[in-house]
Amino acid sequence: MSNSTYYVPEQSKWPILASIALGLMAYGAAMTFNAMTADRESTGPFVLGGGFLILFYVIFGWFGQQIEEEAQGLHNAQLDGSYRQGMLWFIFSEVMFFAAFFGALFYVRVLSVPWIGGEGAKGVTNMLWDGFEATWPLLVTPDMKQFPGAKGVIDPWHLPLLNTALLITSSVTVTFAHHALKDNKRKALEFWMALTIILAAVFLYFQATEYHEAYAELGLTLESGIYGATFFMLTGFHGFHVLLGTVMLFTMLIRCFDGHFTPGNHFAFEAVCWYWHFVDVVWVGLFLFVYIL
Amino acid sequence: MATVDIDLPHVKDDDSHHHGPAKGLGRWLYTTNHKDIGSMYLIFSLCMFMIGGMMALVIRAELFQPGLQLVEPGFFNQMTTMHGLIMVFGAVMPAFVGLANWMVPLQIGAPDMALPRMNNWSFWILPFAFLILLSSLFMPGGGPNFGWTFYAPLSTTYAPDSVTFFIFGVHIMGASSIMGAINIIATILNMRAPGMTMMKLPLFVWTWLITAFLLIAVMPVLAGVVTMMLMDIHFGTSFFNAAGGGDPVLFQHIFWFFGHPEVYIMILPAFGIISEIIPTFARKRLFGYSSMVYAVASIALLSFVVWAHHMFTVGMPLVGEVFFMFATMLIAVPTGVKVFNWIATMFRGSMTFETPMLFALAFVVLFTLGGFSGLMLAIAPADFQYHDTYFVVAHFHYVLVPGAIFSIMAAAYYWLPKWTGHVLNETMGKTHFWLSFVGVNLTFFPMHFVGLAGMPRRIPDYALQFADFNSMASVGAFIFGFSQLVFIYNVVQNVRAGQKATDRVWEGAHGLEWTVPSPAPYHTFSTPPKID
Repeated sequence: MSNSTYYVPEQSKWPILASIALGLMAYGAAMTFNAMTADRESTGPFVLGGGFLILFYVIFGWFGQQIEEEAQGLHNAQLDGSYRQGMLWFIFSEVMFFAAFFGALFYVRVLSVPWIGGEGAKGVTNMLWDGFEATWPLLVTPDMKQFPGAKGVIDPWHLPLLNTALLITSSVTVTFAHHALKDNKRKALEFWMALTIILAAVFLYFQATEYHEAYAELGLTLESGIYGATFFMLTGFHGFHVLLGTVMLFTMLIRCFDGHFTPGNHFAFEAVCWYWHFVDVVWVGLFLFVYIL
Repeated sequence: MATVDIDLPHVKDDDSHHHGPAKGLGRWLYTTNHKDIGSMYLIFSLCMFMIGGMMALVIRAELFQPGLQLVEPGFFNQMTTMHGLIMVFGAVMPAFVGLANWMVPLQIGAPDMALPRMNNWSFWILPFAFLILLSSLFMPGGGPNFGWTFYAPLSTTYAPDSVTFFIFGVHIMGASSIMGAINIIATILNMRAPGMTMMKLPLFVWTWLITAFLLIAVMPVLAGVVTMMLMDIHFGTSFFNAAGGGDPVLFQHIFWFFGHPEVYIMILPAFGIISEIIPTFARKRLFGYSSMVYAVASIALLSFVVWAHHMFTVGMPLVGEVFFMFATMLIAVPTGVKVFNWIATMFRGSMTFETPMLFALAFVVLFTLGGFSGLMLAIAPADFQYHDTYFVVAHFHYVLVPGAIFSIMAAAYYWLPKWTGHVLNETMGKTHFWLSFVGVNLTFFPMHFVGLAGMPRRIPDYALQFADFNSMASVGAFIFGFSQLVFIYNVVQNVRAGQKATDRVWEGAHGLEWTVPSPAPYHTFSTPPKID
């Protein structure tokens, strides 16, 4: 419930700057992509880049101010509760974003690909591509001229298995770091954080290796049909989230070096831990439904 | 407990460490004040309502008589598309968020929203998003022309170039909605005054809590589906292309998984507003408070499992048609509970009919009508006749215009005296109401008939037998459109001057917002009120 007084921040320039940044990024990205597809020159990348620059300025400034305010003791237990709510619901929104792509994967695997192959309630669709056979992974697409399919898919029991081990281990090490922080063992905290970041970096390196193998050797690309589309969008967005999470972990490590956080007050650190566990759980789903099954 | 009765001395704006608003443009650009942000949302929404309304009038002018007379069919398509997008994402949703910004902290006894700086960010994204969206109308190839539902492959393979701008515009307005919703949830769960338990929350707060949950659950799905479009258009994926093993129907499934909860996002806060207004003017406590809460929660949960009733004719397995038909019909039960409770609240009440009450009553009657046509559409075998006809247009305009829009009007008339400190002109208010009421029914009621007779939606021309009803609808649309000027004039006059409002404003009003002075001071509840 409520404390007797509450900290309402003063006016702030960050939100409006952040809005300008998002506006420029959206406009610039649209200009860039349109020009790319039409194969012409465009000023889009500069607009996009300008937006990014402003966004970086905002990120440093806004978070910096936040840390400053906390150091001055302006935050209280109630604000802490609001931040917890905020982070929790933000992660829920991320879960729903991934749910859209998982939903697409399940729909094509269970329903629409078999239908094009002539099975099931809507199997009559097979008339469109006579002779097409439904398989999963879908290596031979209905129209091989437009979407040339792939020679093979990534073997789940090599790099992906290794990556699963890496990411689950990193979830454990970040928890060790959290416990070290709560016990005020700063050296152990720094050690476990550094180890977590190393594990994350190796994961990203393996993921990049895997993408290279898919493109160079297997012909598995974004353009290779629905298998490639779902594979790269799911693992790609996940990889992007791992990258973001790694940057967040790295920021936390630097703040640990700077002596930030106390055993009782370290919500930023906890929020990053939550985020990292979320990224980990999504990976388990990916490993199961994208790679193995 | 339906309402919170408070016998508090007025909470004065006496905190010395807080000061009033900053001067000049900076006040609005940098503000962290929930009242400033609420006002900006509401003004933005009114501007978008006018722009979207003008597009509707272009459509109705073209449809005044058969044949093609005023605009090119291509431009007509852009108008139907932009009208829908602007009304849904620019007018109705921001209006409700603006009301939440103003009223949720006042109703739960909080000093501000939980995350005031993010609150400002949520708002200021919107003008940029809609600038991008509106600018697409002036691009080579024209603006989005694939309907507000932007079905693939119309919106991918056959789309104008401006679709990319549309996609990124949707991305950032989605970010705005998600942040706004997170803020509202955090405020309601974390900022209530001591003693304000969950089952004492005013219904407007309850409905917004549930709406915010829906927003956080489905806006990311919208972001996902436009991302798939972007990839299909620019990076050669085949999500919505069967040649690569995808399926255009997949688009519709993902879109409506977002889209159906989205339509409840636009009506649940309206339920909350009506549940505040009717008890005030019936001078009775709301009938069945807890059943209202559970009904809203059931409607929200059911909204996740009914999406494919928008797609009965697309070619689904029979089991799907049957499941989605019955699941949809189930929603009529909690909705019926709500309508029953509103009527039971009025039963033997000491009713008076001030402008907010008139809009609220029209809401109950006309929204129920829209609900009934929804039930008709829910019957899968019958829907094959209604699908994509003007009957559908009549249905969703009945729930959105005399539903959502009337509730927003009711809320404005109800709470404006609290915001500005002045009483609105009642004669002008009633004129606005009756013109709107006649205009809306004249516009949308005949659409039922032409729809049942087979007139398709989104087509700029039609067969001769639909001419009379269409000309009636066009006349009604212009009456409704121009009668909003009465509202704007009334509000402007009210902000500038007018008879002073009392703190309680309406003699039957209950709740924390009526314990603060009118106009509500810049900072309220800096010290939390006590609630028994």
